[in-house]
Amino acid sequence: MIETAYGYYAGCSLEGTASEYDTSLKVVLKVLGVDFREPDDWSCCGSTPAHTVDHVFAAALAARNLAIVEKTGLKTLITPCPSCMTAFKKAQHGMTKSDTFKQEVNELLDEPYECGVFAKSALQVIYEDVGLEAIAVKVTHALPDLKVAPYYGCILNRPPEIAQFDDPENPVSMDKVLTAAGVEVCDFAFKMECCGAAFGVPKRDMVNQLTYKVLSMAVDAGANCIAVACPLCHQNLDLRQGQVNSLMGSSFDIPVLYFSQIMGLAYGYSPEALAMDKVIVSAERFVRTRITTEEARENKEKEARAKSPKSKTTGTKEETKSEEIE
Amino acid sequence: MYTINLSNDVDLDFIKAVSKESGENPSLCYQCGNCTAGCPYTQYFDYPVSQVMRLLQTGQKDTILNSKAIWLCATCETCTTRCPCEIDVAGIMDTLRIIARRENRVSEKDVKLFYDTFLNSMKQFGRIYEVGILLAYNLKSGHWLADAELGPKVMSHGKIHFLPKKIKGADKVAQIFNRFQEKGKKHD
Repeated sequence: MIETAYGYYAGCSLEGTASEYDTSLKVVLKVLGVDFREPDDWSCCGSTPAHTVDHVFAAALAARNLAIVEKTGLKTLITPCPSCMTAFKKAQHGMTKSDTFKQEVNELLDEPYECGVFAKSALQVIYEDVGLEAIAVKVTHALPDLKVAPYYGCILNRPPEIAQFDDPENPVSMDKVLTAAGVEVCDFAFKMECCGAAFGVPKRDMVNQLTYKVLSMAVDAGANCIAVACPLCHQNLDLRQGQVNSLMGSSFDIPVLYFSQIMGLAYGYSPEALAMDKVIVSAERFVRTRITTEEARENKEKEARAKSPKSKTTGTKEETKSEEIE
Repeated sequence: MYTINLSNDVDLDFIKAVSKESGENPSLCYQCGNCTAGCPYTQYFDYPVSQVMRLLQTGQKDTILNSKAIWLCATCETCTTRCPCEIDVAGIMDTLRIIARRENRVSEKDVKLFYDTFLNSMKQFGRIYEVGILLAYNLKSGHWLADAELGPKVMSHGKIHFLPKKIKGADKVAQIFNRFQEKGKKHD
């Protein structure tokens, strides 16, 4: 069930290279009636670099933000970036499990954190709190040419003790959310295989090789688009797709979209409203062929009539313009 | 095949220190190899993760702390998720990296430099300034043109901010860094 209000922690990536995730997710949350508030003056969660220094230090950098949210009285924090989410969940886990750890973390903070805030991925809130029926009701448009491979990345559902969401080996939440939005999805074996994470800058070849495997597997599964829920996955799969092609001699040209952008398209929003121009590998082909759900239904009926040998009459041609919400 | 010579160099204190700091019991590992089988990075590791676990059980401190494996682990959590003995293997790898950093043994200097540059940006502005991190990393690493070809792409798609955004509480974030450093000095 949807809570009356959520916190919303954008995180640094969503302010920069992943701003299309932020833009499109906010559109989708509003359509679905999710009320959210951004904490004042949030800071970086610490991400991967902090936990290579010290666990108390890493937890303190994360907990500073949780303490800010806690003061506002909000209990659940929507955290679109899995790296931020894991930082919050690990801080919460450590501080709840051990009083000593909690005390050590709070000694580094100005305002103590009392462990009253639960971080959840945006996908989890949409899948569990909003629910598939409510997602489906809002659909106005169909994307008939789109076949999506939902890519979860490594830490959205792992480890289960921390993530506490969906299946840690074969997650299906994004598959179901996109299906509810009327989008065709295909299963693929590398839905959780690591894309190379934060090594893009210092270990570029390694990341390009790992990403190559994910891209290949998605294409082999019959997908013509990959859906993601993580800014780092997006960066490695989309921004670095050209690097992958140069290094591996491949010729991938597969759009990588945030799941929220795909939902926004199904809800009739314009490419501008969903910041589709920020994606490097253009997804224009899917936007161009977008039709209203009514048109899609008529097309299906026509197809069915054409296939059935009894009726030979063709349906009247109807020109319907797809309506867009600016 | 690499064999571990157990006649010398078994550092029992190291095993104890890792166990304490990670909260995990490495002796529970029975070398099934499930972690290595699922590790996406194993082809880049000098020691596969299951061997790191064995090296740890036998107290091979130097081999572990000088290994590339501990720096190339991305904490993807596959090993932790699949360990039949419920060992937080990724947590142990993280702890080993922390100890290596503390002892100033860094086999993958670029990886550490990238992390440090990230943290410096955070300490300075409270949030991450992506352009600044990349420029600072390129300068300090000597890889001056790393990812330079991505520049036009991110710019033409309006994906980056050219100027850092400093939050009001940046000094509070810096305080966390300072308090942590002071605490470290006290324990030394």
